[in-house]
Amino acid sequence: MTTAQTTELSPKNLSDANERNKRRQGFLMAFPAYAYLLIFFAFPLGIVVVYSFATRNRFGGTDLSDWNFDSYIRLNDEVLRNILFRSFTLALLTTVICLLVAYPFSYFLATRTPTIRNVLLVFVMIPFWSNFLVRNYAWRVLLGSDGPVSRLTELLGLGETRILFTPTAIVLGLVYGFLPFMILPLYASLERLDWSVLEAARDLGATGFQTLRKVTIPLSMPGVIAGSILVFIPSFGAFVTPEILGGGREVLLGSFIVSQFLEARNWPVGAATSTVLMAVMLASALLYFRKGGRTL
Amino acid sequence: MATTKELRGGAKWALSLNAWLVYFFFYAPIALLVVFSFSDDNLVGRWGGFTTRWYGEFLDNDGVQNALGNSIRVAILSTVISVVLGTMAGLSLERYRFRGSRMFDALLYLPVIVPDVTMAVMMLIFFTSLDDLIGLQITRGFSTITLSHIAFSISFVSIVVRARLAGMSETLEEAAQDLYATRWQTFRFVTLPLILPGIIGGALLALTLSLDDVVITQFVSGPGSTTLPVFVFSLIRRGVSPLINAVSVVMLAASAFLVLLSLLAQRSRGGSVT
Amino acid sequence: MKLKKYTRLIAASMAIALVAAACGSSSDTATDGGDGGGGDAIQTASASSCEAGQIDGDLAIFNWTEYMDPELIVAFEEEFGVSVTEDNYDSNEAMQPIINAGGSGFDFIVPSDYMVGIMIDAGNLQPLNRDAIPNLQNLAPEFASGLPYDPDAEFSAPYQWGTTGLGVDLTVTGPDVPQTWGLIFDPELAAEFNLEGQFSTLLNDPRETLGAALKFLGYSLNTTSEAELQEAEELIASTLDRVAAFESDQYDELLVTGEAAVTHGYSGNFLFQFLDAENPEDFTYFVPEEGGTRWIDNMAIPFDAPNPCTAHTFINFLLDAERGAQLTNWNLYASPNEAATPFIDQEVLDDPIVYPTDTSLLEEIEDTGDFEINFSDAFTSARG
Repeated sequence: MTTAQTTELSPKNLSDANERNKRRQGFLMAFPAYAYLLIFFAFPLGIVVVYSFATRNRFGGTDLSDWNFDSYIRLNDEVLRNILFRSFTLALLTTVICLLVAYPFSYFLATRTPTIRNVLLVFVMIPFWSNFLVRNYAWRVLLGSDGPVSRLTELLGLGETRILFTPTAIVLGLVYGFLPFMILPLYASLERLDWSVLEAARDLGATGFQTLRKVTIPLSMPGVIAGSILVFIPSFGAFVTPEILGGGREVLLGSFIVSQFLEARNWPVGAATSTVLMAVMLASALLYFRKGGRTL
Repeated sequence: MATTKELRGGAKWALSLNAWLVYFFFYAPIALLVVFSFSDDNLVGRWGGFTTRWYGEFLDNDGVQNALGNSIRVAILSTVISVVLGTMAGLSLERYRFRGSRMFDALLYLPVIVPDVTMAVMMLIFFTSLDDLIGLQITRGFSTITLSHIAFSISFVSIVVRARLAGMSETLEEAAQDLYATRWQTFRFVTLPLILPGIIGGALLALTLSLDDVVITQFVSGPGSTTLPVFVFSLIRRGVSPLINAVSVVMLAASAFLVLLSLLAQRSRGGSVT
Repeated sequence: MKLKKYTRLIAASMAIALVAAACGSSSDTATDGGDGGGGDAIQTASASSCEAGQIDGDLAIFNWTEYMDPELIVAFEEEFGVSVTEDNYDSNEAMQPIINAGGSGFDFIVPSDYMVGIMIDAGNLQPLNRDAIPNLQNLAPEFASGLPYDPDAEFSAPYQWGTTGLGVDLTVTGPDVPQTWGLIFDPELAAEFNLEGQFSTLLNDPRETLGAALKFLGYSLNTTSEAELQEAEELIASTLDRVAAFESDQYDELLVTGEAAVTHGYSGNFLFQFLDAENPEDFTYFVPEEGGTRWIDNMAIPFDAPNPCTAHTFINFLLDAERGAQLTNWNLYASPNEAATPFIDQEVLDDPIVYPTDTSLLEEIEDTGDFEINFSDAFTSARG
């Protein structure tokens, strides 16, 4: 634990009073965000959990008087298991690709001079200040049977290819949308690497690959973990990109939840699905963090 | 310093190639977007000759301009607030331990995890039930949109800030305190510069998330408070018109211009961000 | 210090408990269909006491995109000296929860047929004061009353109507194409007209797409028979290798750009796209001979509209003969306004896409209550 470590690192004459003072300081710093999230997130979330035990009435409204576990029981369904499996696979694939692409990229950024670094970082973000939907529809044109990608394969003698409306298109769109979520934390942790440690490793005869594996990657682990969480979780529940680029041919978790809330107007089932999803994700994120992020 | 970072031949070459490919990937759809904002055809993807009429339409269209203005106001306000709150939360969780910090840790992840539509529904119920619960009537609009955006942005900011802080030793701060720097001075001149890349990264994420959010905004907005993404979303039923491309290009150009300007300003002041 | 900290935490957890308790106690007020808001109080309310032409404030419109001629809004603003804001939604399902929650601030909404039924049941709409809308007499008799979702025309007045059917690229199929859902659902017919491979799209909407399959099988699209629905689900599952996408937004664009050759969608959007195409005669739209959906969008006033009298006046304004015609000439959807007919462009009136020659094939989608869950589940299962 970092916090535990820092207390050890502190001067030995640290008194109890000092310690208490520090705790208070920590609490006060966290308090505004804590209070904000309690009011504007935890309360509303509590309402969703309450709804997950309620019942849909004939008109698609929600009866809050009839409490039961029906919505949770309904989740144990083969169709939903398939949906979960498919969404999980696609999200995992997206995360791995993002990591493989973003790691060398962030390393490249972190090794530029400070001014160039900032400019390059800004150029990563600029495309994302256009509009999410417009970007997705632009990919639709790029990946269509008449699009540039297809023209290119035609030129190469591979014939017309339509990536649009395939799982490949979904992963490509998700990677495009979430790559910055991987780059930013990776960059933030790589940029603060102590390069003299790397140099020392090289001086001691380590090959470039050994230095990377034994020094660079372990030191940048917090960035890897934060990035993976920021990519995996939203792509697991992604809705818009799979619908636009995948053509809605495969139902993914995000579409399922949207269809429960809006099409079937079955809020209890939508709420139950979200509750389970969040509980599982939170547990694994915390576990992942404890195991991976804090072994430094 | 620079020499220590130098890699040998092949690896160095591969790194640059990867970087250029990533930029190519990022800008491919943007190029398409820019090109078709000048196309004289109602369909994006069908070239109809050069025109600037979509930019003219943008200037004439009050709906788009209102939505754009709303988007920018919400994005800036929610980013500023969530950066302050998120950075403090990140610092506190990474540097201090207090009772309830575990619970707070968990609470901070939830906004990242919650599906969009679920958050949309729950914020809608929340804002309307405030009236039933404590008699507080909130008119849905700018305020509810901003409040909701802050609620999800705080987490993203604090996660990026923590990734920056994790494992970073406190020796510098302690040295400063030993030299009788006040707590504020220590923060301002030691801690802040150290974590600034993390804060900037978090701010960029928060800004992007706010500028892109459709579902949550749609549910908590009121008459006249439509943001640009919501406007675009409802417009897509009639097809993606190059008008929307033109708006996107204007936003891209304006944001790129502002950011580059601020970078230049920093440079001329002689300091760099890191 | 410690004590203070605990107090805070306790205060926080008490607040949570309080909210939970309050949610529980609000249950009795929310049972009659309101999800969280106060839709219930309105069930008993009577029509507002507005007079024709009365204005009680500015107008906030919540409507489908590009469905209202902006010039009509300007004309209304000038004639009555009010300011009008318009916001848009992209589906009935996205609009209803917002109104249902209460406090939306909107005065005028345009829900489709089945959604009117749902919103009446949920107490989301206020009864119209017919005295304040003298132009209701301009409606054609079939639209003036007796509509299944609002039989006594108590809560809504039709705005525009249209159909759901198939758009076809004739350069792929050849000019003589049979007007049937079989182009999508019958593999042999699809092969005969070059529609193998992924060349068709269906709407990403459980009621519309299962409805199309039900019609092809000869059933009602409002069926509540599980066996019939099961058959429709299997039919859709069996066409997956010919379906490129389930698409509710860009079916018309995919058709004219050659990405798809037969697409399922709404009449007016196809017409707009065809008129824009290089060779409009290469494309056609029809409601298949097995029958299809007719949808009717309606003007209505939310239960808690801040300015209901202005909303009544606006409805009356739009039901005027010439303005009704102006609307149809602008958005190319059929008008329920009989008095408007003489003012509608002849080419619009003659266009079978706008005004189908045989309306006996058409059926409106109705809310099926609990069976909606079966529709949604079947649509999910059909796609695996």
